[in-house]
Amino acid sequence: MDVNKVLDAKGLACPMPIVKTKKAMNDLEAGQILEVHATDKGSKSDLTAWAKSGGHELIKDTEENDVLKFWIKKG
Amino acid sequence: MTVNTMSSHEVTRKIVQKETLFILDVRNEDAFADWKIEGANFDYLNIPYFELLDGVEEIIEKLPADKEILVVCAKEGSSVMVAEMLSEEGWTVSYLQGGMKAWSEHLEPVKVGDLRDGGEVYQFVRIGKGCLSYMVISNGEAAVIDATRMTDIFTDFAASKGVKITNVFDTHLHADHISGGRKIAEQTGAMYWLPPKDAEEVTFTYAALEDGTVVTIGNTAIDIHALYSPGHTIGSTSFIVEEKFLLSGDILFIDSIGRPDLAGKAEDWVGDLRESLYSRYRELSGELVVLPAHFMIMDELNEDGSVSEQLGTLFKKNHGLKMEDEEKFRKLVTENLPPQPNAYQEIRKINMGKIMPAEEEQREMEIGPNRCAVR
Repeated sequence: MDVNKVLDAKGLACPMPIVKTKKAMNDLEAGQILEVHATDKGSKSDLTAWAKSGGHELIKDTEENDVLKFWIKKG
Repeated sequence: MTVNTMSSHEVTRKIVQKETLFILDVRNEDAFADWKIEGANFDYLNIPYFELLDGVEEIIEKLPADKEILVVCAKEGSSVMVAEMLSEEGWTVSYLQGGMKAWSEHLEPVKVGDLRDGGEVYQFVRIGKGCLSYMVISNGEAAVIDATRMTDIFTDFAASKGVKITNVFDTHLHADHISGGRKIAEQTGAMYWLPPKDAEEVTFTYAALEDGTVVTIGNTAIDIHALYSPGHTIGSTSFIVEEKFLLSGDILFIDSIGRPDLAGKAEDWVGDLRESLYSRYRELSGELVVLPAHFMIMDELNEDGSVSEQLGTLFKKNHGLKMEDEEKFRKLVTENLPPQPNAYQEIRKINMGKIMPAEEEQREMEIGPNRCAVR
């Protein structure tokens, strides 16, 4: 997967992971991919719902050693 | 305009006094649909906070000008953000201190009755989750029944009353919330009682609570009689306190009855549940005041915020006690059951002492309503 940008949102509490993701997304072109790292457990459901409502595609997500990773394709 | 905070205690008072409140819940739609703050005169607007990052203009026309507004989210952070945005637009709003996490953990102590020689019974209402715990106080001693994970509330309350906790009980192995019973017993040196049939897999030592066990609290003989009443679990036990109160655990609630399926044995236990409710409880005095371990809806709260009703009244009004047809009863408690409580299998394991996740994880597992009843 070609990742265009990586956002480190580890250690940030809600709402900051989404606020930062949204900002990072603004710098990308449609079709480009943003990789997000977060530790707030709530980010999973929130990022999923946010991506859906914003027309983006959550391609993949993983959880390893308490770090959640997301790959979002800009819509 | 200023942003105010509102505590879970203040929200509870509004529920009990049936006040109006407009709740702007900025959690995900799924989370809101699953579980929210319920009040008879509360109105709601659910819009996830991430829909409001560019501004709150789109919701302003949906906000009432004549009602107090409370912004709610999971852990407080997003509600503060949205409350501040509304404040910048000239609105005076509050946010819920600690969010739904604090709401889930809030306990409200209410006195539910007097016992002889100055003894007292207190109910601890976990308003957000619908769990009820109890403290029976007599002559310098206290018993705690069905304690929640927030054990400080009970030990602090006992200290404020100047009493020593000597006995701790769980009416059954809980599946919807993490018991604080063992921890309180360890901290205070109290005896921890569990029904042995629910405790076959536990990893710690406990005192076996059998049918007919009598435990005396204080030296003026406030007796707690154990009454074996299986059905919600195979070990479920009720308590009769001084021939006055019936602590019914998860067998009988005010407007519903216990579900028999949370240990995966609905078909096996339905007969026990029927026997407990339709035979064992029938033999008891109708004047006993029923004090259950849960409530489901705010309508079950009395005017003082407590949850209790005379057994005789429940025999007349509780739908689950009036089904003469055994087959219909079996269907009610085994078919079309509500969803199971969040993480109930893990919670059972924690209560058996098999796993011990970090506190934050325990908190997450308990999110949501208790769902121990069928109506």
